[in-house]
Amino acid sequence: MEEKNTSFFAKLWHSVSDFFSKRVWQGFCVNILYKKFDRYKGWIYLAPAIVLLMIFTVWPIFNTIRMSLLEGYTSMKAVRGVEFEFGIGNFTRVLKYKGFINCLKNTVLLTVLTVPISTFLALLIAVCLNSIKWFSRALQTIFFLPYVTNSIAIGMVFAAMFNMILGGGARPDFVGVVNIVIEAFGGEYINWMNAGSEYWANIFVMTVYIVWNALPFKILILLGGLQSVNKQYYEAAKVDATPRRRVFTRITIPLLSPMLAYVIITGFIGGFKEYSSIVGVFGDSMGPAGNHYALDTMVGFIYRAIGNQEGTASAAALILFAIILVVTMVNLYVSKKKTHY
Amino acid sequence: MKVELKNLTKIFPSRNKKAGGEVVAVNDFNFTIPDGKLVGLLGPSGCGKSTTLYMISGLQKPTSGQIFFGDEDVTELTPENRGIGLVFQNYALYPHMTVKQNILFPLQNLRGEDKLPKEEMLERAYRVAKLVQIDELMDRKPSELSGGQQQRVAIARALVKMPRVLLLDEPLSNLDARLRLQTREEIRRIQKETGITTIFVTHDQEEAMSISDVIVVMKLGVVQQTGKPQQIYDDPCNLFVAKFLGTPPINVFNGEVKGEVLYIGGAAVLSVPGVEDKAVFVGIRPEGFIPDEAGGLLCEVSGVDVMGRDVSIVSKHKEMLTPSVRSIVDADYTLAEGQREVRYALKPHKVFLFDKTTEERIYFGV
Repeated sequence: MEEKNTSFFAKLWHSVSDFFSKRVWQGFCVNILYKKFDRYKGWIYLAPAIVLLMIFTVWPIFNTIRMSLLEGYTSMKAVRGVEFEFGIGNFTRVLKYKGFINCLKNTVLLTVLTVPISTFLALLIAVCLNSIKWFSRALQTIFFLPYVTNSIAIGMVFAAMFNMILGGGARPDFVGVVNIVIEAFGGEYINWMNAGSEYWANIFVMTVYIVWNALPFKILILLGGLQSVNKQYYEAAKVDATPRRRVFTRITIPLLSPMLAYVIITGFIGGFKEYSSIVGVFGDSMGPAGNHYALDTMVGFIYRAIGNQEGTASAAALILFAIILVVTMVNLYVSKKKTHY
Repeated sequence: MKVELKNLTKIFPSRNKKAGGEVVAVNDFNFTIPDGKLVGLLGPSGCGKSTTLYMISGLQKPTSGQIFFGDEDVTELTPENRGIGLVFQNYALYPHMTVKQNILFPLQNLRGEDKLPKEEMLERAYRVAKLVQIDELMDRKPSELSGGQQQRVAIARALVKMPRVLLLDEPLSNLDARLRLQTREEIRRIQKETGITTIFVTHDQEEAMSISDVIVVMKLGVVQQTGKPQQIYDDPCNLFVAKFLGTPPINVFNGEVKGEVLYIGGAAVLSVPGVEDKAVFVGIRPEGFIPDEAGGLLCEVSGVDVMGRDVSIVSKHKEMLTPSVRSIVDADYTLAEGQREVRYALKPHKVFLFDKTTEERIYFGV
């Protein structure tokens, strides 16, 4: 009687479960479903991230290497089905290009100028922020503002500050606030960034801008580091009559060294990738009027090459990568000796 | 160096002004710590013992009162000018320096005429390292040391500048039980060898009892009793002190005095000459019980802990205020098979009476 009333699915379930309840099958299922899954589940969880990284990071890297090694590669030719020869012509073309040395010089100069200055200032400001009690929250917010502001927008503001528009008259039509201040102190107007301006004046403008732009992130990291230092070290130092300078050099700096190393290394990496800040201040021409590309950088070079010669751009990108790699390795080597984790 | 605390008071202002409720951490602390002694500040958490220590160190300023080192008033002096050595609870060893650099650090801070030549600094560092027995570990970093070794380095760093007073904040609380026993002996030995007046803070009464020359028992910022450990144990001035000292802790009962006789639960247990008739708290030390068929105190046995040297009988009594009645009797004494009840006579000098409202000790002639 009961047999009749059981539905088809129930019968199916019974037969299936009978089948799987046999020991061999059970063992097999456990193996497949459980152990195998256990072994590979890490990969399954990682899959979404891995797929995205493959598409947007790993594949482009290999593609860059491929393009850089194909003579005269451009996507237009590739679409037309042109066969490229294998060779290092792209690299030699980059190195022979007369603007490339200028790009390299500007990049290195700006990095070497801005990283020490911004790190030092950030440390100074972080220590000050850490020691004041009143308004520290408000000041922290203010110091963090540049970080959340668009660098092109900041660039335009900086351009306005340093700019000067010469009319036909005895005095310029428009004078930026920097020159107004200089005048107030009895100095003469300086042509910071307009036609005919000096290279060093341009570099000065960019240094100020990049340092200012780099400060908030560095302050944030260093302030976090300072706040995580156990206060008892300072109390112990106080009991031992440690002079303030010695507390700073022998306790604060060593305990902060991991953060300092991080800030310096990322600063160098960021410095070598400088581009948008110069476009922000000087515009697409990357230099004052009449002296285009005077402040061209590595990334600027790569960016323009992408337009018509991807092979050259890829080669330049790999050269930049090699430079950053070497500099970072030197950084890590030095910091390993000086850092106390 | 004698340390004298006069009317020392520390009041922490309340964080929320509207809610009020400032905290009196230390209230009118008066005590003179004799020269060259090891003094334990003992009390439960939040009793103000650490605050007192930090006021002596100068890291915290007293709200009122004075601190003297010898005859010198140091109340207004900053920590670095007091000539103290301080060992923090978690040692606060500089993690990036070796043991040697840690110990040398206070000496390298000396300026002007106190400045020492390099050789002397090293010599002093090695001498103090030998004293605390870490001279083998001088080139290690703190992270490569065990807790006990770190503790010694911290003590060495505090001792190397030859402080007038050595202060230890919960010196043993970060160590495991075995190491704690070793280290407290070590602290005792180092203190005796150097003869530096030492003040340490602890919440562990056993620790305080075992190594201190003098104990100060504190509760809620108020000093309860000061004296030699044994003296406080034998003669507590109030119920709190009686309960705080001793392992196993003192047994407390509701009792009543009638006609100079103490009754617990209606049974006469002890004659207490000179006490007027009233209800009292009765504290009886575990070693104050004598199993005796003629004894007045009848307890219901719930278990026996054999500890080798002696036996601890756990029992119940309807008037008890502690979770159980625990007596320690000679190992020779054995309970009969199936014995459910035990009668005790009491040792009069192990029985303390306390007033029910003030919890102050009521003395009786023995």
